Amino acid sequence: MATFAGPISNVMRRELTGYFSTPVAWVFIVIFLVMAGVFTFYIGSFYERGIADLEPFFQFHPWLYLFLVPAIGMRLWAEERRSGTVELLLTLPLTTWQAVAGKFLAAWFFVGTALLLTFPIWVTVNYLGQPDNGVILSGYLGSWLMAGGFLAIASCMSALTRNQVVAFILSLVVCFGFMLSGLPMVMNLFSGWAPQALLDTIANFSFLAHFADISRGVIDLRDLVYFALVITLWLMANTIVLELKKAD
Amino acid sequence: MSNLSIESRSLCKRYGNLVAVDGLSFEVGAGEVLGFLGPNGAGKSTTMKMLTGFLAPTSGTALVNGHDIVDDSLAARRCMGYLPEGAPSYGEMTVRKFLEFIARARGFNGKAAIKAAGAAIERLNLDRVPEQTVETLSKGFKRRVGLAQAIIHNPSVLILDEPTDGLDPNQKHEVRHLIRDMASEKIIVISTHLLEEVDALCNRAMIISDGRLLVDDTPQGLIARSRYHDAITLVVEQPEKAASVLSELSQARKVELREGELTVFPADGCKLFEVISDTVRQHDWQVSELRLEAGRLDEVFRQVTQGEVS
Repeated sequence: MATFAGPISNVMRRELTGYFSTPVAWVFIVIFLVMAGVFTFYIGSFYERGIADLEPFFQFHPWLYLFLVPAIGMRLWAEERRSGTVELLLTLPLTTWQAVAGKFLAAWFFVGTALLLTFPIWVTVNYLGQPDNGVILSGYLGSWLMAGGFLAIASCMSALTRNQVVAFILSLVVCFGFMLSGLPMVMNLFSGWAPQALLDTIANFSFLAHFADISRGVIDLRDLVYFALVITLWLMANTIVLELKKAD
Repeated sequence: MSNLSIESRSLCKRYGNLVAVDGLSFEVGAGEVLGFLGPNGAGKSTTMKMLTGFLAPTSGTALVNGHDIVDDSLAARRCMGYLPEGAPSYGEMTVRKFLEFIARARGFNGKAAIKAAGAAIERLNLDRVPEQTVETLSKGFKRRVGLAQAIIHNPSVLILDEPTDGLDPNQKHEVRHLIRDMASEKIIVISTHLLEEVDALCNRAMIISDGRLLVDDTPQGLIARSRYHDAITLVVEQPEKAASVLSELSQARKVELREGELTVFPADGCKLFEVISDTVRQHDWQVSELRLEAGRLDEVFRQVTQGEVS
């Protein structure tokens, strides 16, 4: 186990120090916190609702992640390839999968840190009323899992190109598709000609549906498995893309 | 540790229709410093990328210290140190943090990693800059950081892709000195397009072109292939007259006059130096320069890679 996890945690540590030695991390955190606040208090009408919960906070997370997670993920592999360090990293005695996992986990922990820094909003809601803290905890978990799903997509897209802007746009488009796949505007494209099984599958791909369950406080094993699968599959795709594209 | 060796068995790499490396087979043993020579795009870097496990060969394989680079890539990588072309490293990290990261990736834990990084810093004379970020360093220092990460685990096989490219003459000298210091107990493979480097560093040279091995020889052997090998070049006052006299010599195969310099090529197996100095004395020519040519590597290189005979 140590020989498998060791290289992963080493890559993860290196990535994390990388984040905090550049302004990227601080810019991300500040923007994330400001946007989360703006969405919750102004658009989500946190005070006016008069209900002690964090629903207006969590309901905007998918939209926040849609732009911010590709921004974190775009550099993961595009930057390694542009600077040539991918050759250094992948000739060290570790597997491509370990490198992919290490870099993903670093980014995921980083987003998790930003998420934890929203704790003042939790303090606020507890000061104002008696919210169900179990639901809030579940909301945080769901939000973090969803961020992981977005991030796995962004990481894979980042391996496709050495241009970070291209990586950003690709991630954004694919994440958007995954997010909305259960909504009518997407389903209408398929209904009428596609078989019901396919329609159900597409509808089940939706991040929003699975996130909505968890953020309401219902931790269903199916939703957890869903996010775990999304993350694993995209990271596997990431590994394959990297193997195919690292030569050019 | 198993015995020190690299054994390449018909290594091939194809990109679509382009054949980058075409059935390269060779063996390298302990103490050898092998220079890969070849024009740009000859397949030197691709070969190194396959040996170090970055690229998978299309067909064929190689054994590094007995470990197959395809089936047992991680074991093969463990005994190698690699300096990729351009010495890439993580620019935002400090030299020390970067080397500690490499040391941990190379299997050192905790204090051992810190110690290994410290030792590499000392070995490569990076003591002045360990707390600076790599991106703020000059090219020479960056290259040294690249070398430091390659040798941090004291590998028995070192693969260096253009280790002195882009360095100034002092830095080149320094890097070569370092490589020579390590040569005796290792296998070192370097690629270069600098011919002088082969002469200065290697005890074996392979010329590769279009992915194929064209020549495998010692640097001395390569030089001896030059048509200039053992030729005499002299600068005299009346070169035309001297040329006609010298071309009469039975030991001379050919005489060429170029830009005031007269070059006399020996017939097979003949030595010219004494004959020519005798002739000069006999005719009492005013000679301002007289030298024995060792051979010209660049000419051999062109001849081998382009089939050119000037």
